[in-house]
Amino acid sequence: MKRYFQVVWAVLWKDLRIELRTKDVFTSMAVFAALALLIFNFAFELRIPDKSMVVPGVLWVTIAFAGVLGLGRAFISEKDRGSLAGLLLAPVDRSAIYFGKMLASLIFILVVEAFILPLIVVFFNVPLITAPLLLILLLGTIGFAAVGTIFSALAVNTRAREVLLPVLLFPVLLPLLIAGIRTTIGLLEGQSLAEHANWLQLIVFFDILFLVVAFLTFDYVVEE
Amino acid sequence: MSQPLIRIAGLRKAFGRHRVLRGIDIDIEAGSSVILLGPNGAGKTTMLRILATLSKATSGDVQIAGVSVNDNAEGIRRYLGMVSHSPLLYGDLSAEENLTFYARLYGVSENDGRRDDLLQRVGLHHRRKDLVRTYSRGMVQRLAIARALLHNPPILLLDEPDTGLDPQAAEMMTDLLREIGGSERTIVMTTHHLERGLELADRVLILSGGRLVFDERISGLSYGDLRPLYDQYVGTGTP
Amino acid sequence: MKSSRSLLVLNTVAAVAILIAVYLALVQAPEATNVVEEIRPAQRIIYFHVPSAWISMVAFFVTFIASILYLRTNNVRWDIWAYSAAEIGIGFTIAATVSGSIWAKPAWNTWWTWDPRLTTYTIVLLLFIAYFMLRGAIDEPGRRARFAAVYGIFAFLSVPLTFMSIRWWNTIHPVIIDPSAEFGLGPGMSTAFFFSLFAFTILFVDLLANRIMVAWDEERVAALREALTAN
Repeated sequence: MKRYFQVVWAVLWKDLRIELRTKDVFTSMAVFAALALLIFNFAFELRIPDKSMVVPGVLWVTIAFAGVLGLGRAFISEKDRGSLAGLLLAPVDRSAIYFGKMLASLIFILVVEAFILPLIVVFFNVPLITAPLLLILLLGTIGFAAVGTIFSALAVNTRAREVLLPVLLFPVLLPLLIAGIRTTIGLLEGQSLAEHANWLQLIVFFDILFLVVAFLTFDYVVEE
Repeated sequence: MSQPLIRIAGLRKAFGRHRVLRGIDIDIEAGSSVILLGPNGAGKTTMLRILATLSKATSGDVQIAGVSVNDNAEGIRRYLGMVSHSPLLYGDLSAEENLTFYARLYGVSENDGRRDDLLQRVGLHHRRKDLVRTYSRGMVQRLAIARALLHNPPILLLDEPDTGLDPQAAEMMTDLLREIGGSERTIVMTTHHLERGLELADRVLILSGGRLVFDERISGLSYGDLRPLYDQYVGTGTP
Repeated sequence: MKSSRSLLVLNTVAAVAILIAVYLALVQAPEATNVVEEIRPAQRIIYFHVPSAWISMVAFFVTFIASILYLRTNNVRWDIWAYSAAEIGIGFTIAATVSGSIWAKPAWNTWWTWDPRLTTYTIVLLLFIAYFMLRGAIDEPGRRARFAAVYGIFAFLSVPLTFMSIRWWNTIHPVIIDPSAEFGLGPGMSTAFFFSLFAFTILFVDLLANRIMVAWDEERVAALREALTAN
């Protein structure tokens, strides 16, 4: 068991180390997110009475689209360097590699969220940074990274690659996005988190369900 | 006779209807060095990938020290080191970081002594802090050898390790393998370069069309003897 | 040849059952007196819409189970089952979505509402399409089957969550449409309704059996072609 976590940590450490050095993933996600926010801002500027009304949708859609960029890189970089085989040679259950990559993607997306939240506060003038909202964002991002990481491993071994990932990912992710947007609406309207307990349960259930399924199926995605 | 270290029995592999390996039986004793020759598409790389547990056989079995890859691939990986034509290294990490990462994957205690010792022996100690992407192809391949030997595996699998190397670098790599590969290590190697392969090997296998067509010990065979055989099975045109 | 004979029987049974279902739905079943007069003819869509929706779920479930079996056994049979059911599922999902939309026009005066069921079927359609896009983007048959199986499992499991989330979402808005009243079965209508469900189920089994037969033939033809070109 200790070995297992050692490998999870090794993969995570390696991905963080490379990202800190190159900043490839963060830069592309952050620039994309900032552009998306800018475009949303103009799209809604004169069309609706109050821009803050669209913030929940803007927030989650921006995260979903920026996140899918970063998730795509998770296995494309391994594949193109030919280093994936090196990971698969490790004498450990291969799900450890999944969890390492998943945690790395999770952290990348969380960092991008930390970057866009203040931007939304500034652009749309809403008090977005509250503890319940951060909790929902964290839980939602876990599910996002859980499904996104294994789908990234699927997509990378196909001819379509980057194009395919969002097509595979978003329909499966829909309940998570709906729950996230719905809860964000409620929280911004001043409701408490307890009033959205069912949504919170749905998100947690989604996270656990798909982490378990990914754990069970990752082997089939990387073997030949 | 004692049990062979590697036993390949009735090995078949098909990708869809395309049959790459059509029933292969090979026993390899501990300590021997085997080169696997054959034309492109003969199934050399596929066979090596199955040995490395990266690929699953359609039928048949591979046993390492009596343990089947179907039963305990995880445990078997500990006994394997692999060098392939793609180096399995990260260009954005230094040599030192790459080795530290793989040491963790293999659960080799983070004993930097072994890492530094290996870096010395492959002649990269002075460049250990530099990013691997600044290395020449020959240096990368030397580091790949160090990476493969990190956990001191009894079996070394080499999949065309000399591809893309200039003759001088390839020569250096062969010397390195002979020197630190050690006589007790079992080596299975694919190559396109017959002469270089012979320097390392004590046994020659030739695969053609997914079948084993030639299997001979080298003692008594010279390059001159083998060349016509090689040309016959593999075809001329390869150097 | 025995299998083709039983297939012939199944084809006949399915055809007869569907004809009877059409008769029951359009002729035998009484006017739906429980809905307003203008939409009574349109109400008869229920006999095709609900069974189509039911079958698309059954098809997805078959794909799900076959996907799990494929991963466990590595037997190409289950891959054939999985994609055969998914192909048929696409047809019925389109039928369910379109018939739902046609019903919505006279009943709710709009072609489209974000009703939980209608929306869920649209998502199911997208999942099926993604499933086949994934298959289409992989050349090596073993990998194609494995990846599709993994995706089939994820996709199927997300459907109930999607349905639940859309329903919860809508309950927060004022309920424009009372879901219990929309398709209520009036007196004398249940025979036609349940027979239709039965007939569609037979039709699904029949289509699946035929599709699987064709898939095996495709395999055989490809193997023969391979053997011919090899020599």
